[in-house]
Amino acid sequence: MTAFLTVTNLSAALHGYEQRVLRSVSFSIDTGEVLGLVGESGAGKSMIGKAILGILPSAIEIIEGEILLDGQDLEKMKPADRRRLIGATAALIPQDPLTALNPSRRIEPQITNRLVDILGWTKADARVRALELLNEVHIDNPERVMASYPHELSGGMRQRVLIASAFAANPKLVIADEPTTALDVTVQKQILRLIRELQARHATAMVFVTHDLGVVSKICQRLSVLYGGKIVENSSVAEFFDGPKHAYSRALLAATPKYTDPEASLLPVDEAVIEAAAAEVLAADREWRHGG
Amino acid sequence: MKLLRATLLRLLTMSVTLIGVAVVVFFVIRVVPGNPIAMMLPPGATEDDVARLTALYGLDKSIVEQFVIWLGGVLQGDFGTSISLRQPVMPLVLGRLPATLELAIFALVIAVIVGGALALTGVRHRETRTETAVDVANGVGLSIPDFLWALILIVLFGVLMPIFHISGRISPSLDLPFVTQFYVFESVARLRFDLWWDLLKHMFMPALALAIPLAAIISQLLKQSLKETMHLDYVTLSRTKGYSENHVILSEALPNAMLPTLTLIGVQFTFLIGGTVIIERLFSYEGLGNMAIDAVINRDLPLIQGIVIVFALLFTIINLLVDMMYAVLNPRLRHA
Ligand SMILES: Nc1ncnc2c1ncn2[C@@H]1O[C@H](COP(=O)(O)OP(=O)(O)OP(=O)(O)O)[C@@H](O)[C@H]1O
Ligand SMILES: [Mg+2]
Repeated sequence: MTAFLTVTNLSAALHGYEQRVLRSVSFSIDTGEVLGLVGESGAGKSMIGKAILGILPSAIEIIEGEILLDGQDLEKMKPADRRRLIGATAALIPQDPLTALNPSRRIEPQITNRLVDILGWTKADARVRALELLNEVHIDNPERVMASYPHELSGGMRQRVLIASAFAANPKLVIADEPTTALDVTVQKQILRLIRELQARHATAMVFVTHDLGVVSKICQRLSVLYGGKIVENSSVAEFFDGPKHAYSRALLAATPKYTDPEASLLPVDEAVIEAAAAEVLAADREWRHGG
Repeated sequence: MKLLRATLLRLLTMSVTLIGVAVVVFFVIRVVPGNPIAMMLPPGATEDDVARLTALYGLDKSIVEQFVIWLGGVLQGDFGTSISLRQPVMPLVLGRLPATLELAIFALVIAVIVGGALALTGVRHRETRTETAVDVANGVGLSIPDFLWALILIVLFGVLMPIFHISGRISPSLDLPFVTQFYVFESVARLRFDLWWDLLKHMFMPALALAIPLAAIISQLLKQSLKETMHLDYVTLSRTKGYSENHVILSEALPNAMLPTLTLIGVQFTFLIGGTVIIERLFSYEGLGNMAIDAVINRDLPLIQGIVIVFALLFTIINLLVDMMYAVLNPRLRHA
């Protein structure tokens, strides 16, 4: 069986600049599989998600590579067709629930608008579906929440609403971009459990962007480690926690707090490892320029 | 209960504002030199004639006394008698007000449509030459005041290419069936589109002159807020749902981005009404502003007072409407 999402040799750069922000990124995800995307801040994790969903900032363009979603080459599609395909098959769970809901609209249309406007459901059907989903994300009085404005809900509630909205159209691919970073610790756990629950129930392919290797070990089957816009390691979670292949991954793992030994885990990432990773990225750039 | 208190408070501040305006105007125009009685009498009138008329209009009393008398009348709905026109002030003022209101509203409609369209076009094609063109248009619109636009328009479309009328409110040769002074509205209500068209051809240029600077302000601010809004997370999220750029701009970004512009329009609309004074003069448009200039030239104290009070009332009502509209459109205020 072929993968549901295949990204091959994807590079992106600022308009008119040589310097790439994504450097020949390749990975694939099967239906029902969760891929963790880890790496330090600025590594390009969000950029990958945005490239797939077609929401890159206007200053950044894809300069090579292929994104195959459900067998269709996104870069070769007409923009309108691509938009509709993304709307119908993929969804984003954003990082910050406080800014991801439109402040001047009630919750109901923000969950149902995709169903009605893009997928052609009736308003009544979409409403039933929205209520069902709010139940699935364990919201006690869905009717009231649907009639509320975003500012009337807590951060955790809003993230539940956004998760419900993401899963509303039965997406085959969900991109979760650090979906719990903006929430406090107790709420984080509930939201994570919720995402895993829904992902498993709907057999969704998922890209899960995070800084937290502990989270990766709990909900991902595979992971890709990103450094400087380049994937330095693609592994299964089991392989990775047995012993990462790449020196940078090992350093990352060593820097992650462990419950058993919190003191030992606060090792900073070794300078030499960072330098080696940076040198590797530069070497890849040289090779890419000669090849291309 | 809270709403009732807010409303009462609002009415109270409005009344205080109006009383303040009345006091200031009353005293200021009496301090400014110029004798209204001398203005209305033919040359060679005797001292006696002047004294008799001065007494008739109560101008021989002290200013404070005059004010008390005037205020007493106002509280009973009597704003006095115009010295130059020899008619009660209020019917005169109210007879002219509709012409000015129609002109100002027409100008506002033009400004909102043109300014809104420019802003949306600039945002739809942001970071391209089209946006630069919009910026240039805004700059030009803003750097030339309304009365200069009036002169430019008169030369262009009144003299060089005479498409529009440059004088008056309606062609004098026409028979007018109107019972109200709201000619534009009434012509539509009576389905007299011939009259309506004639009115528009008269109103178009003065309205445009008033509208251009406001359109530029609206366009500039709205484009700025739209561009900021377009980067927000909920807008990006709606893109991933499959919506087109046009839909994203119009139904996700616009409702939030227009709130600051709306407040600004309210403030600017009162400036625009102030602008009608000179514009009506330039186009010999028979509105309140034109009457105000005559009243000042003739030192017609009661008429000036009446006009200023009506303008002030108009401004406070506009401010009230803007605040109400803002509350309706912004859910965070509605529920607060
Ligand atoms: N609008 C933009 N214009 C130019 N460069 C950008 C823009 N947005 C991001 N970048 C650059 O692209 C790179 C990747 O950014 P990205 O947001 O994908 O990082 P990230 O891995 O998601 O980091 P974080 O963990 O902080 O979210 C960064 O180096 C950043 O400087
Ligand atoms: Mg990010």
